[in-house]
Order: sequence, then C-alpha cells, then structure tokens
Amino acid sequence: MIALVDYGLGNIANLTNALEFLGYDVVLTHDLEELEQADQIILPGVGHFKDAMNRLNQLELIPVLNKLKEEKPFIGICLGMQLMFDYSEEGNVDGLGYLPGKVKKITGTLPVPHLGWNKLQATDSLLQQDVYFIHSFKVHTDENVVASASYDEDVVAIVQKDSLIGIQFHPEKSGDKGLEILNQALKGGFIK
Amino acid sequence: MIKKRIIPCLDVKEGRVVKGIQFKGLRDIGDPIDLAKRYNALGADELVFLDISATETGNALMIDVIRQTARELFIPMTIGGGLKSIADISAVLNAGADKVSLNSAALNNPSLINETSEKFGAQCICIAIDAKWEENEQDWYCYTHGGKKKTAVRTLDWIKEVEERGAGELLVTSMDYDGMQQGFDHKLLSLIQQTVSIPVIASGGAGSAEHFAELFVATDVSAGLAASIFHDEDVSIQEVKELCESKGVRMRHV
Repeated sequence: MIALVDYGLGNIANLTNALEFLGYDVVLTHDLEELEQADQIILPGVGHFKDAMNRLNQLELIPVLNKLKEEKPFIGICLGMQLMFDYSEEGNVDGLGYLPGKVKKITGTLPVPHLGWNKLQATDSLLQQDVYFIHSFKVHTDENVVASASYDEDVVAIVQKDSLIGIQFHPEKSGDKGLEILNQALKGGFIK
Repeated sequence: MIKKRIIPCLDVKEGRVVKGIQFKGLRDIGDPIDLAKRYNALGADELVFLDISATETGNALMIDVIRQTARELFIPMTIGGGLKSIADISAVLNAGADKVSLNSAALNNPSLINETSEKFGAQCICIAIDAKWEENEQDWYCYTHGGKKKTAVRTLDWIKEVEERGAGELLVTSMDYDGMQQGFDHKLLSLIQQTVSIPVIASGGAGSAEHFAELFVATDVSAGLAASIFHDEDVSIQEVKELCESKGVRMRHV
C-alpha cells in the first residue's frame, strides 16, 4: 500500500491514476494510522510552497512525516520534492529540511515557468528520457542529484539519498517513460 | 533542452468534441476520450480541452470527460471554458486537469488570476486570449464569450497585466487567422512572446505541417496548437514533428 499524503493541494488525482495504472494500491490520507501502515509514502503537491507548509502545519503532519521518512521509502514529487529541502524563496519559509539545499525562483532568459518536455541528463539510461516539467522555482543543491535537465542553468530533476527520493518533474504526466521512472522510484530508486 | 510542444485542442460541447470555423457553425467530431487516446498514441505533447457548453449538464459532463481521460492518459491536460470561480477551478484540477485556461472570467474579474495563482500555483494558470486586429484603431483587442464579444482591453496591455497578476502561461488565438489555415499570426505572436517572460502557446491558422515549422523558426513561442487539421487528419502530429526537426526545431518523440 502506498500512502499519498493528503494535505489539500492538487495533482493528487493524476498521481493516484498513474499508481493504480501501475498496479499499486493507493490510499489518499492524512490519518496517522493509515500513514503508518503504508509501505511507502509519497508527498505530492502543486501550488505555493508557503501555503503547502501552512497546510502541513495545520494538519500537524510535520512531526508525522519526520518520523515516517526515517522508517520507510519516502518520495516527494514536484512541490513535494521542494518541501524536502531547507528553505524556499517562495513565501520565504523553511521547508522540512530533509535534504540540504534551497529552493529559488528560476531566472535567466528563457520563459518561466520551466514548462514542457525536457530531456533528463543522467548516467542511468532509464532516466535519459523526455519528461514533463512545470515549475517556477527550482532546487539549488550540490548533493544527492541523480538527474538534471538543461534550461538556461541546469534544473535538478531527481535527487536520492538512501530511501528518500525527490522528483521535480511529473512522472505521472510524462507518458509511458514517466510511468517507468515512477515505478523505478517505488522499487528502490536510481542508486545502484 | 526544452522541446517545442504540439498541442491538439478539443472543443467540447455537452460532452462531445466539436470545432468552430472562425468561432461559428459548429460540427460534431467525436468522443473526447477516444480522441484524447488517439492523440496520445500519435505523439501529442499535451491536450487542451475547451468546454464550450453553456449548461450545467455540459459542465458536469466535462468533469466526467476529464476524470475518464486522466485515468487512461498520462500526458498533460489543460481545461478551459466557463471556469469562473476558485470552486470551478478546484473541481477540474481535482478531476485530473494539470492546468486551467481562463479567458472571459479573467477579463471580467482580473483579481481571479491573483487568487488562483496564489492558491494553485502560477504554473497551472494559463490565460487564454482571443485577439483581433482593429483596422480603425490599428491595434489588437481582446474578445470574450468565444470570440463573440469585443472588450475595450488592448491585447498588449492585457498580457502584461495577466503576467503581473500571476499567470503561468498564455494561450493566444489570433481571431483574424483562426480557421483560415494560412499559417499562424507571426507578427502578433512574436510581439506577445517578446513582451512577456512566461511561455506562449500559439493558436489560430494552422493548415499544414509547414505552418508549425514556420511558426517555430519565425518566433520563440513554446507551443503550437491546432484542432481541425488534426481532427480531420489533414496533417499528422508525426509529420509536423519530422518537418520541424528537419528545420532544426527540437521535438519530443514517443
């Protein structure tokens, strides 16, 4: 059973659809017991960083997530990945602090949001695919980067530290290849 | 590097796909979910559904279409048409839309852009603009209600305003070129693309694969959108992508 953390932000329908299509059982929940019973935790999210942190706070989920990420595989997707870092400029607030790094607005000459299909750069051939990005803020970190994409400056696309995985793009919106990448993330990730 | 997107647009009325020719005279084309699946298999980079139903039944049918499509398709989906409130937008995002496109509602109530952008994130707010050249005024103006109603808003003013208010993308239809199948309105689209820093989807005027290649060579827009030429199978998405690549435009392949 995979638990998708329900804290009231969008994107959850599509992730649920993709996971069910891959054959997983999914529960959308913020119930402590259900989260603890799950084999894996996914923190989804589309929206504003500060709004997301406020909602996690209001639902008293932060201590719960802090505990869960020590106990079982934990995957953050899109805003969910950004939340795992120390801090974001979007709302000028601290994140969950699971990984070292900061979230900053994308700058440069190209349009923002970074929106559309971009090719992943990675050593793993499974990851060398066009995937769908849609985000205005990006993670700045030197550690745990598994894949990136080129857009003015490089964009961190996948991070992994042990059983903690972050995916900036939308694997559930990246066609068949995206589903394969999502499945691999759930099967232990990308570190060989 | 990022790829240019090819986007088929499906106008949905009461749960069926139709396409207007210069926004008049609708004809029935088919089942939206079948068409969506077909386009996914053919290499569409994204799908846009515009709900042009004017009834509550039609809007409810649209939610079903989104829900069913999202269960079977794993590419981005933008929904527009008739979305007026945070509740409307929430409903389509929860059903599986990735982005919403707002047109008349944003012009009538510009603060809706700020509210929705703050709530859902700029990246899922696409502002759709129907722009028409006014010969007397020597300028483009925005139209609402599916291109039927002229507003006093200059297109080039509006795009700056919506960007400031938090739009994440623009979908610009040239009403002068729409349905003519003579190519995209490079002049308008270039001006718009150079004025804003958010991505621009070009719409109106595609009649051949060449028109997409010309669009991406002549302008820096992020995507090209068309309906009837894809629905009628006059042109395939694959053909468009191959021709664009032969001109040095980067495309995604499935």
